[in-house]
Amino acid sequence: MKTFNKVFTVLVFIFLYIPMVVLLIASFNTGSDPAVFKGFTFHNYGELFRDGVLLPLLANSCILAVLSSLIATIIGTMAALGIHNMRPRKRSLYMAITNIPLTNPEIVTGVSLALLFAFFGQLMKMQSVLGFTTLLIAHITFNLPYVILSVMPKLSQMDPDLEDAAMDLGCNRRQAFFKVVIHEIMPGIISGALMSFTMSLDDFVISYFVYGPKFVTLPVEIYNYTKKPLQPKIYALFTLMFIVILLVMILMNVLQSRDYKSMRARRQALNTQKREGTEV
Amino acid sequence: MKTARLTTPYLVWMILFTIVPLGIVIYFALTDSVTGQFTWENIARISNYGPIILKSIWLALLSSLLCLVIGYPVAYHIAQQKPSRQHFLYMLIMLPMCISFLLRTMAWVSLLDDTGIINNFIRALGLKPLPLIRTNAAVVLGMVYNYLPYMILPLYTVLVKIDPRLIEAAQDLGCNNGKTFRRVILPLSVPGVISGFTMVFVPAVSTFYISQKLGSSGTTLIGDVIESQFKAAYNPNLGAALSLALMVLVLICIGIMNRFSNGEEVVTL
Repeated sequence: MKTFNKVFTVLVFIFLYIPMVVLLIASFNTGSDPAVFKGFTFHNYGELFRDGVLLPLLANSCILAVLSSLIATIIGTMAALGIHNMRPRKRSLYMAITNIPLTNPEIVTGVSLALLFAFFGQLMKMQSVLGFTTLLIAHITFNLPYVILSVMPKLSQMDPDLEDAAMDLGCNRRQAFFKVVIHEIMPGIISGALMSFTMSLDDFVISYFVYGPKFVTLPVEIYNYTKKPLQPKIYALFTLMFIVILLVMILMNVLQSRDYKSMRARRQALNTQKREGTEV
Repeated sequence: MKTARLTTPYLVWMILFTIVPLGIVIYFALTDSVTGQFTWENIARISNYGPIILKSIWLALLSSLLCLVIGYPVAYHIAQQKPSRQHFLYMLIMLPMCISFLLRTMAWVSLLDDTGIINNFIRALGLKPLPLIRTNAAVVLGMVYNYLPYMILPLYTVLVKIDPRLIEAAQDLGCNNGKTFRRVILPLSVPGVISGFTMVFVPAVSTFYISQKLGSSGTTLIGDVIESQFKAAYNPNLGAALSLALMVLVLICIGIMNRFSNGEEVVTL
């Protein structure tokens, strides 16, 4: 059974990574059809940097991802703090609202925001309000639940006495938050921000319904490209992004394991203190 | 409590950009596209798309089941590794989710196409090429491929939390491996199964890109119809009615799923 599981897992990983390998090889192909390997070249990478079409779109995606994850992290962390201190009934109402964008199919979220913006446009007598602002609003909206869901567990793991201790020692609420609480929940804030950033960077379905011709993101453009024959420079861009994402994930992994270790060390220290306390 | 004020921006945001838009969807679904008068017309027209809706549900259910059958052994295997290895494998599962699913689906197109990599290989062996793309099977493959990580991750989360002493106890009390799995591990992993199933079913039932690329006109799904109402045919009222139908469908599905879990806590990523 164990060997079966192992072999099966390896097969599934191969299944998951076959398309990546196809894209990776296609980025070095002289031909434009990934199915036929004509020869090895770096030409596609040169083309990617020369033609100046895809990189500005990637920059657009990054600007959008940074701004939306930043704003969502601030609003979301504030909300998590508030929700954490609520009575159970009110709290479950807020959690239900938080779950709406998570359980709704993406296409429904996209369509509903598109209709909202069309309605705004009519009110303001504008032809179309679609553009950077509408994309930003949409991205913040779908990022918020991820921030809240990663900050909330950290708040409940935190020792509630810490905040009281800070306030006993003369901090007001704000100081207690910035001097003590924020450090305790930082891993949650960071993972929420990173999750929002990647979700936003890769989002296609919702962006597709709320983007305007003035501001196009990379996934939307890839979709428009794939209606026509694909250009090989896209594969080059994919390969570069794959490497960046890999590095970010490794960084996240290191941060997480450090968080885990420091938590364990602290818990051990606490336990020894308690034991010493009882011995005295 | 003073901290309650902190939730105000969030609440305002969610009302403006989540609850109000859903209200507008309902409003559009119930009004005529030309006159703007109240009408049941759009809702009535949903029944024209009955076969497409049923097909979407069927393909999404099949994909979710396949993801469960494929994902369970993988999640179980990962949960049994050493912690450092677990983190690494978890990352390997997460990584494909961060790559544009459009490009990954395009890669499957070049694998499955009539003149694609697999068929070129078959031809090189001197065999007759297979009709791989533009089939239901290709669409299901695309769904399973894209959403498998959403099944594995919640399953892993519950499996890794199962106390190994429970399994030892079951074995001490005379269960063989199969029985231990059926009587102990499987019941304890139900919350993971439920959330994995929902996380695969919801995007699969509403997809439009996968069916466009890997399917044919015979595999038009509800997502395709909604997309074309907004982007091609421009009948937002019918599109809104269909979105509403899709939303209700998903809510029913989640409701049924939550009944199975007996109100236990549902795991997310």
